[in-house]
Amino acid sequence: MHEMSIAMSMIDIVREEMRKCNANNLRSVRLNIGQMSAVVPNALSFCFEVITKGTEMEGARLLMDVIPLRGYCSICEKEFEIKDYVFACPSCGTKKIETVSGQDLAIVEIEVE
Amino acid sequence: MKVSVVRNILEANDRIARQNRDLFKEKGLLVINLMSSPGAGKTSLLEKTIDVLKSDVRIGIIEGDIQSSQDAERIARKGVPAVQINTGGECHLDGNMIRDTFEKLDFENMDLLIVENVGNLVCPAEFKVGEDFKAMILSVTEGDDKPSKYPLMFHESKVLLINKIDLLPYVYCSLDRIKEDSLKINPDLQIFQISCKTGEGLDAWYGWLLERVKNREVIL
Repeated sequence: MHEMSIAMSMIDIVREEMRKCNANNLRSVRLNIGQMSAVVPNALSFCFEVITKGTEMEGARLLMDVIPLRGYCSICEKEFEIKDYVFACPSCGTKKIETVSGQDLAIVEIEVE
Repeated sequence: MKVSVVRNILEANDRIARQNRDLFKEKGLLVINLMSSPGAGKTSLLEKTIDVLKSDVRIGIIEGDIQSSQDAERIARKGVPAVQINTGGECHLDGNMIRDTFEKLDFENMDLLIVENVGNLVCPAEFKVGEDFKAMILSVTEGDDKPSKYPLMFHESKVLLINKIDLLPYVYCSLDRIKEDSLKINPDLQIFQISCKTGEGLDAWYGWLLERVKNREVIL
């Protein structure tokens, strides 16, 4: 499963950010996991635990916020929740919408000491 | 101490994919990332497409599988260059794996590169490899509920080829439901109904693909 390679990419980024602020220990990592990303939070948590064992990141908590799919309709000038993966404006029905959130996979914040 | 980060976890792969894409543009290639469940007909589609288009289009194929070089061998028998990637367990291809094949392919004498991804209806959709677009195959034997169960792949693809339509009399599968549900997820999806076995519906795909190859973006 690719949660392992995603966890490894995460560790690379966190390590870089820790170096930037001269931090020695990691207490937690906060992630945004888009509703539409092919990532399972529990699996990611497990992989993170496994690969941080014995490192300066061991014991750090992984805090994950699942970000719902939201769209924006420029005709109605309104943001809305994309329900059941139907990519259309619920008010006017147009399919020309912009996906505002729910597709990304990002590290938002780290807590260090 | 809390430190704001805001970085895309897949940035490393995205960067490599962008670099791949820049190279492809420089070499004047149209690149397609072909995905589907195992057994839906990716390699068969490539075989048929190569047979018909190879006199007009210089084609190269990158094959992705967990194990075995059977698919690359099948393609090589069609007389076009093919490179096999064995992931050994990774469930999808990524930008790095694609980049590692470049020295084995002659991009100077190629117009169209198709990457046949690992058979998997989930993970390949998440990872860019530098393609112009993603194409996917759904075969009628898989059932008409797949778009709603696997929305990401349908959302990320530009093209959906519904394969094995010759088997419709023998399975419970509604083409209308597949099309309706997949267009809700991706209103711009280009849909073809085909049978690699009988050849039905393939002319439309060949024509569409040929147009895209001819009109591809080339950065000189």
